[in-house]
Amino acid sequence: MKSAVIVFPGSNCDHDMLRALTLMGHRAEFVWHKTGNLSGYDLAALPGGFSYGDYLRAGAIARFSAIMKAVADFAAKGKPVLGVCNGFQVLTEAGLLPGALLRNQNLRFICRPVYLRAENLRTRFTQAIPPGTALKIPIAHGEGRFHIDPQGLKQLQDREQIVFRYANARGETDPGANPNGSLDHIAGIINREGNVLGMMPHPERAMEAILGSEDGRRIFESLVA
Amino acid sequence: MRVAVKVRLKRSILDPQGKTVQQALQHLGFEQIREVRIGKLIELEIEEGQNRAETLRMIEEASRKLLSNPVMEDFEIEYPGETP
Repeated sequence: MKSAVIVFPGSNCDHDMLRALTLMGHRAEFVWHKTGNLSGYDLAALPGGFSYGDYLRAGAIARFSAIMKAVADFAAKGKPVLGVCNGFQVLTEAGLLPGALLRNQNLRFICRPVYLRAENLRTRFTQAIPPGTALKIPIAHGEGRFHIDPQGLKQLQDREQIVFRYANARGETDPGANPNGSLDHIAGIINREGNVLGMMPHPERAMEAILGSEDGRRIFESLVA
Repeated sequence: MRVAVKVRLKRSILDPQGKTVQQALQHLGFEQIREVRIGKLIELEIEEGQNRAETLRMIEEASRKLLSNPVMEDFEIEYPGETP
C-alpha cells in the first residue's frame, strides 16, 4: 500500500504517522501541501499538529491549501482518507466530514491516553478490531469537543457514522470518560460513503507496547489495499 | 473603509471560556454580570468607491466561507452607516 502523509506548515505528527504506516508495511511518503499531488497513492493521511498555527480556527486555513482539492478528488474516487486530530479538524473545515471541533469543555489542552469503543466494525478502518475491546489510544488536543446540530447528530447515529466513542477501560461510555465534552461522546466519525475517517485520538502514537499501547495498530491493520 | 465582522459561537453552543470569565468577574465582585460569551472581532480594510450592495455581498461571502464556520458560529457585519 502506497500512502501519502500530507504535510502542512505546522503539522507535527507527520513523522509519527509516517513511522506508523511504515511499521505496518506501507510505502509511506510525505506530500507537501503546496507542491504535492496524490496520484498513485492508496491512502491519504492528514496528520496532527497545528497547521497554520491554528489561526482563525483549527484547520480553517489548511482547508484552502492546494492539496485539499486533491484530497477532495481522492475521497470522491472512494479512496481512503484518514484525518487524525488536526487532520480531523481540517476535514470538517473542508466539509469532507460533518460537524466541527470546539474548544475542550475544561479549556485545557489534554494530553493523555483514553479508551475508545469502536462502534462500527464494518468500516475499512475498523474491520480488524476485535469486537468488545476498548482501544487505549492517546489524545493530545485543545479543540476536540465534537459538535453538530441535532439533525446532523441523528443522521450520524442512524447511518452508523459514529465510529469511535470515548469510553472507560471496560468499553462503557460514561460522562467521566468523555475528556473534552464531545457531543454523544464522539471521538471519531466516518463519511456516509465510508472512506473518510476523522478521529481526535492518535492511533499513530499507540503502535508499540514500549510506548504504552499498541492498540493503534488495529486501525492500520484494518486498512488493507 | 473599515468594516467589522463579529463572529460569535451560536447561542446553543456552550462557551466554556465565557463561563470561566463570568466566574472570575463574580469573584471580583461584579455580581450583576450574569453571562459572558466571547467571540471574535475581525476588522477588514476595504477599498473605497465600490458598489455598496456588492461590497456587502462580498463581505458576507468572505464571512461565510472563511471568517466564520457556520456549523458553530454566527457572524454579523458592521458596515459604516448601517449600524449605529
